[in-house]
Amino acid sequence: MTDVSHPDQNDPAIRAAQEERLRAVWKPPSGWFFHWTDVNNNRVGVWYTVTAFGFMLFAGVLALIMRTQLAVPQNDLVSASTFNQLFTLHGSMMMFLFAVPMFEAVSIILLPQLLAARDLPFPRLSAFGYWSFLIGGVFVAGSIFFNAAPDGGWFMYPPLTTRTDLSGIGADIWMLGLSFIEVSSVAAAVELIVGVLKCRPPGMRLNLMPLYAWYILVVAVMILFAFPPLIAGDVLFEMERLLGWPFFDAARGGDPLLWQHLFWIFGHPEVYIVFLPSIALFAMLIPTFAQRHLLGYPWIVLAAVGTAFLSFGLWVHHMFATGLPKISLAFFSAASEAVAIPTGVQIFVFIATLWAGRVVFSTPLLFASGSLAIFVIGGLTGVMVAVAPFDWQAHDTYFIVAHLHYVLIGGTLMPLFGGLYYYWPLVTGKRLSDRIGRTAFWIMFVGANLTFFPMHLSGLEGMPRRVFTYPAELGIGGLNLASTIGAYLFAAGVALVVIDLALSPTRAKDARNPWNAGTLEWLALPNDEDWGIRSVPLIESRYPIWDQPNFVAKVDEGRFFLPDAEEGRRETIITTVLDARPIQVVRLGTPSVIPMLTAIALGSVFILSTYHLYWPALAGAVATLACVLTWLWTGTAEIPEKPCKHIGHGIELPLYKSGPTAPGWWAMFITMLADATAFSGLVFGYYFFWTVHPDFPPPEFDGPGVAWPMAALATTAAGWGATLAAREVHARGRVGLARALLGFGIIATLASLAAGLAGPWTSGLDPKAHAYPAIVWTLAIWTAAHAGIGAIMQGYALARSLANRTTPEHDADVRNITVYMHFLLITALVAYGTIGLFPEAG
Amino acid sequence: MKQLRSQVRGLRITLWTLIVPPGIWAAHFLFSYLWAALHCAKVGEFARFPVLFAAGTLVALLAILAAGAVAWVQRKTPGDPPPHEGGTKSDRTRFIATATLLLAGLSFVAVVFDALPVVFLNDCR
Repeated sequence: MTDVSHPDQNDPAIRAAQEERLRAVWKPPSGWFFHWTDVNNNRVGVWYTVTAFGFMLFAGVLALIMRTQLAVPQNDLVSASTFNQLFTLHGSMMMFLFAVPMFEAVSIILLPQLLAARDLPFPRLSAFGYWSFLIGGVFVAGSIFFNAAPDGGWFMYPPLTTRTDLSGIGADIWMLGLSFIEVSSVAAAVELIVGVLKCRPPGMRLNLMPLYAWYILVVAVMILFAFPPLIAGDVLFEMERLLGWPFFDAARGGDPLLWQHLFWIFGHPEVYIVFLPSIALFAMLIPTFAQRHLLGYPWIVLAAVGTAFLSFGLWVHHMFATGLPKISLAFFSAASEAVAIPTGVQIFVFIATLWAGRVVFSTPLLFASGSLAIFVIGGLTGVMVAVAPFDWQAHDTYFIVAHLHYVLIGGTLMPLFGGLYYYWPLVTGKRLSDRIGRTAFWIMFVGANLTFFPMHLSGLEGMPRRVFTYPAELGIGGLNLASTIGAYLFAAGVALVVIDLALSPTRAKDARNPWNAGTLEWLALPNDEDWGIRSVPLIESRYPIWDQPNFVAKVDEGRFFLPDAEEGRRETIITTVLDARPIQVVRLGTPSVIPMLTAIALGSVFILSTYHLYWPALAGAVATLACVLTWLWTGTAEIPEKPCKHIGHGIELPLYKSGPTAPGWWAMFITMLADATAFSGLVFGYYFFWTVHPDFPPPEFDGPGVAWPMAALATTAAGWGATLAAREVHARGRVGLARALLGFGIIATLASLAAGLAGPWTSGLDPKAHAYPAIVWTLAIWTAAHAGIGAIMQGYALARSLANRTTPEHDADVRNITVYMHFLLITALVAYGTIGLFPEAG
Repeated sequence: MKQLRSQVRGLRITLWTLIVPPGIWAAHFLFSYLWAALHCAKVGEFARFPVLFAAGTLVALLAILAAGAVAWVQRKTPGDPPPHEGGTKSDRTRFIATATLLLAGLSFVAVVFDALPVVFLNDCR
C-alpha cells in the first residue's frame, strides 16, 4: 500500500491484502470452550435466536398439555396445582423468554447489517445479555421439572403470591429469575439505541434510516421506560416475601393494587414492545415483495412513535375490575381507543404499498398478510374490551384469552415466522422450502383460528380463564374440544417449520440477495464473512441497492470507507445522530470470557437469593463487581496508539472521543435513564400510599427526621460537586488537583451513604411493622446503594488517572462517571426530599 | 408574516422536537389522571367546576397546535425537488417536520379523547 489516505482499490493485490487483514481480525475464536467466548453479533445473535426459539417450543408444549387437559369436561390428566404451574410458566416464558428476547436476538443479527456497521458498539454487552438470558431462562423454565414452577399466573398478583403460606418458592423463582432477564433486556436496549443513533453509515440521515431501525429505536426506548417499573415492583415484592416488609399487605398499611399498577405500567407497553418489532419485519419485507419504496415513510414513524407514547397510557385497562373511580377508568379507556389510530395507520401503509407495487407472491408475504388478518381480529376485540362496561362482562374469561392470543399470534408469532422465511437466506445463505412453508402457514392459520375463535364464545358463555377443568353442564365441551384440536393443528404447523429448518443443511446455497431487496442487510454473502461489511458505504437513498449505481460492487471492492484493518483491530465508524456525519472510528471489543463470567456471577446472586443463601449470594455480588471492574479496566476507554486514522477518500477520523459524542457516554446516559425510571417506580409507591391512606405517614410512626436526610443530601451534593470540579480542572490539565477532588468526592459520597441510612436507623423505624417505614427504608437503601456505586466509580476514575489510563486528552472515564453523579444527585434530591421534607412526615 | 415564517423555519429541529407533541399528550394524560385520582382520594368528591382541568386541557391543545404550526412551516422548507426522499439536509428537515406534524395531529385527537370523560362523568364512583 502506497498511500494510507487513498488506497488504490483498483489493484486486486491491495484488495486481497485488505481482505486478508480483515479476515484475520474478525477470525472467530476456536476450540470447544473458547468457541463460546465469541462476541461477534452474527454468532451471538444466532445463539440468542436459537435459544429463544427453543424456549418458545418448550412453552408451546406446556400449552398443548393444558389444551389436552381441557379437551373434555372433568378431565384429570393433570392436577389443579400442575395446571397452575403450566399456565403461569406458559405465559411468563412466552413473554419474557421468547417474545422480548427474540426481538433483541433478531435485532442483534440484523441491525449491524442494516446499518452497514461491522458490529454493534458494545459486542461484549450483547454476549453478556445472551449469557444472562440463557442462565435465567433455564433457571425459570427448569423449575417445572421439580414441581417448583411459579403458579400465580403470569402477572403474579399479591396477596396470593406474596404470602409464603399460599405460594411456594415458584414465586421467588419468577421474581428473581425474571428480574435477572430484565437486566439483560435493558442491556440489550442500551446496545440497540446506541447502535441506531451512533453507528449508522455516513450519509444515512434520519430520513434514510431503514424503518426496522426506527422501530428498534422506538422499542428499545420503550424497554427503558417499561421494564424498570417492573424491576422496582420485583424489589418490593421480594422484600415482602423474603423479609416480611408489607408493601402489598393491606393489614399492615400496604396495598395489593400497587403491584398491579407497577406490573401493568410494564405490562401494557410490553404488548407493543413485542408487537412493533414484528411489524418492523413487515416494513422490510413488504417493499421487497412490492418491488417499490414503502409509501408513507413519515406515517410509519408517526405510527411507531405515537404507539410508543400512547401505550404508556393504557395500563389501567387491565385493572378495570378493581374498583378504581370510573373517571380514572375512562381516561385509560379513551387512550386505549386512541391507540387504534396509529396501529391502523401502519396496516393501511402496508396495504397501500402492496397496492401501488408489482407484488411478488412469496411465503414470507403469505405469512405477513395472514398474520395481519389474525391481528386485526385481535385488535377489534381489543377495541371492545377497552370499553370498561364490556370489559366487566368479559374480564378474566376466555374471551380475554382469545383476544390476547389473536393479538400475539397475529402481531408477534406469525410475523416472526414470515421473518424467518425472509431472513433465513441472509443468515445461512440458503432458502427454506416454499412448499413446506406455505403448507405450514395454512395449517397454522387454520389451527390458530380453530383454537382461539371458539374461546370468544366459551368466554362469553362464562368460562373463566385459568380453570383446570369445567363441568359438562356448562355446555362448553364442544367449543373446548375444537380449541384443543386447533391447538394440535397449530403445533403441527410449527413442527413442519422445524422440519423445514432441520432440512436446511442438506440444501444448496442460494444466490446473494435472493429476493432482490433494496436495503443494506442484503449485501451479506451466502458464504458469510465475519467482518460484517467489506467497506462502509456512503448512503444516499433508503434503498441503496436499488437506487445507487454500482453500489454492491463498490462495497465489495472496498471503494467506500474503512476497507482495511491495518492496525489489526476490530473497528466501526461512529457518526452523528441527525445527519450521520462520520466523527470517530471506534475500536470494538474482541472475544473474551469476561461477559460469560460476569453473567454467571450475577446469575448466582439472583439464584442463590432465591434459596435464601445470602452469604454465598453476597460472594456472588463481590465476584460480579470484580468481573465488571476487570471488564471495564481492560476493555474500555483504551488510549489509542495514534490520535487519528484514515478511513479512505482522504478522510481522517479520531480514534478516541469523550463526552456526549462518544458511544460510551450515551450508554451511561441511557442506562441511567432506565435506573431513574426504576427509582421513580419506588417513589410512585410512596405517593401511592399517601393517596390511599387518609393519614400518611401514619401518626403512630416517627419519620426519619429532617436532619439526617438533609445531611445525606448535602454530602451527596458535595460528592457531585467534587466530581464535576474534577472533570473541569482535569480537562484544563491540572491532574493533581483533579485526583485530590476525586479523593474528596469518594469521602463525601461514602458519608452520604452512611447519613442516608442513619435517618431511618436512628429513628428506629421497623420496616416489618407497616408499609410506611418499609417504603422509607427502601428509598433510603436504594439511594445509599447508589451512593456506594458512585463511590466505586469515583475510585475507579481516580485509579485510572493514577495508572495514566485517563489523561486530560483522554478523559472518557471522568466524563462518564459525571453523568452517573448527575443522576445520583437527582435521586438523592427526590428520595431525601420525600422522606425528610414531605409534608406530614417527620 | 414572512419574517415570522423565516424565523420559525430557523428553529432547530431534532429528534427531541419530534416527540414534543406526544410528550404534551403524556403530560396532559398524567395531569388528568392525577387530577381525578387526587380529587377523589384526598378531597373525597369530584370537582364540581373542573376549571383546572379545562384550563390544563386548553393549554395542552394550544401547545400541540403551536408545535404543529411550527412543523407545518418547517415541512415547507425550500430546497431540493420532490419527492423529498433524498439524502440532503432540507429533505431530512422536511421529514422530521412532517412526522412531527402527523404526531401533533394524533396527539391533538388523543388529548380530546382524554378530555371527553370529564364532560360525561362527574362523580367519584
